[in-house]
Amino acid sequence: MPRTEQPLSTWVQSTLAIFRKDLKSELRTRYAISALIMFVITTIAIILFSLGSESAPADALSGMLWVVVFFASMSGLSRTFVTEEERGTAMTLQLMATPSAVLFGKLLFNLVLTLGLNVMTVILYSAFINGFVVRTYSIFVITIGLGSIGLAAAATIIAAIIARANTKGTLYPVLSFPILLPLLLTVINATRLSTEGAFLEEAYGEFQILVSYIVVVVAVSYLLFDYIWKD
Amino acid sequence: MHNLELHVTKLKKTFNRRVIFRDISFTICSGQTLLITGRNGSGKSTLVKIISNILTPTEGTVEFVSPSGPCPVLPQSLIGMVSPYLQLYEEFSARENLQLALAIRGMVPNESAIDSLLERLSLRARMDDHVQTFSSGMKQRAKLAMAMIHQPPILILDEPMSNLDEDGIRSVREIMAQHKTNGLLVVATNDLTDLDSFDIQVDLNAPH
Repeated sequence: MPRTEQPLSTWVQSTLAIFRKDLKSELRTRYAISALIMFVITTIAIILFSLGSESAPADALSGMLWVVVFFASMSGLSRTFVTEEERGTAMTLQLMATPSAVLFGKLLFNLVLTLGLNVMTVILYSAFINGFVVRTYSIFVITIGLGSIGLAAAATIIAAIIARANTKGTLYPVLSFPILLPLLLTVINATRLSTEGAFLEEAYGEFQILVSYIVVVVAVSYLLFDYIWKD
Repeated sequence: MHNLELHVTKLKKTFNRRVIFRDISFTICSGQTLLITGRNGSGKSTLVKIISNILTPTEGTVEFVSPSGPCPVLPQSLIGMVSPYLQLYEEFSARENLQLALAIRGMVPNESAIDSLLERLSLRARMDDHVQTFSSGMKQRAKLAMAMIHQPPILILDEPMSNLDEDGIRSVREIMAQHKTNGLLVVATNDLTDLDSFDIQVDLNAPH
């Protein structure tokens, strides 16, 4: 339950209204979608050209998949708060909605964006990169799902922090790297297991780390967001 | 009419080490109007933002009291505000902005209320056009509609006449007169033509 005087139903409506607003705005302006798609295509093309007809080891390919996802996220996910600041609508939103409704509305939007980005990246990566073959689909799908939630949760709170700063572009990857490092190491390892044909049980440790990461990031975001969002 | 009281006590705001204002205290009740005046940079907009819970004061308190007791957090549905700092979503139409203002507050968008409010503010003919195509006066009218669509008992107007033509200014004066009987009105402006119509005046130039 949010820490406000709002009834839960009003809070849910408010959160969903912010999510729908962001989605509609994004479909009209294409601020983040264009950046994400262009980045994924460009990066995969560069990997493809640098590998040529050769095939890299499975560990390296798993790592490269998440490098593409990480940098694509850096180019697009911060827009959710940065555009509110740049257009001067952050204050309008502050007046209309509770901080927790804003946080979870934006988190939901970033989650949809990240899931879309990851699905697109995986399809392109599997289609064009030689040697990247998923053998245990259950591990791979769960990893993509949990990785997307973790990435969206961390990206949302970092975006809220950097939206107030003057050097937004530089600060976002710098601040994101240490926060996302545990997540990235875990998803890279889980992806490697899926390409090696490991049993689902062998990836339980990775899934536990990912779930813990998500819980901690969402809880900390919820506790800190009031102070970040207001002056 | 909602019975609300606004108690502002010993308010002080500083940005870094610069004191914007200090020792601001007043009380107003529903049916009363408050005028905040002061030269440019005196802190009118800052005071308005503190009252509307967008900024936090460095010292002092802002408390809204309803018949059921003090409200520690001002519910977003109780407040409507127009300010040069509050922007509309320019990629949406005026109608969509009003629908959004209701939906985010957890209210069901009422199309007939939206139509009649936009008609009253002479925006009905352009209500489905994106706000980015509006003139600055039309944007100001749309901001007024956005502040009033949820019929808030507290209406805060920061420089409400800016960019408006004569018709627009007349509409704002009508809105202010009407709201005075319905709730609590706070106006921050340098336009001192209607001083007598306000019950309480806070002059930020005066020594506190």
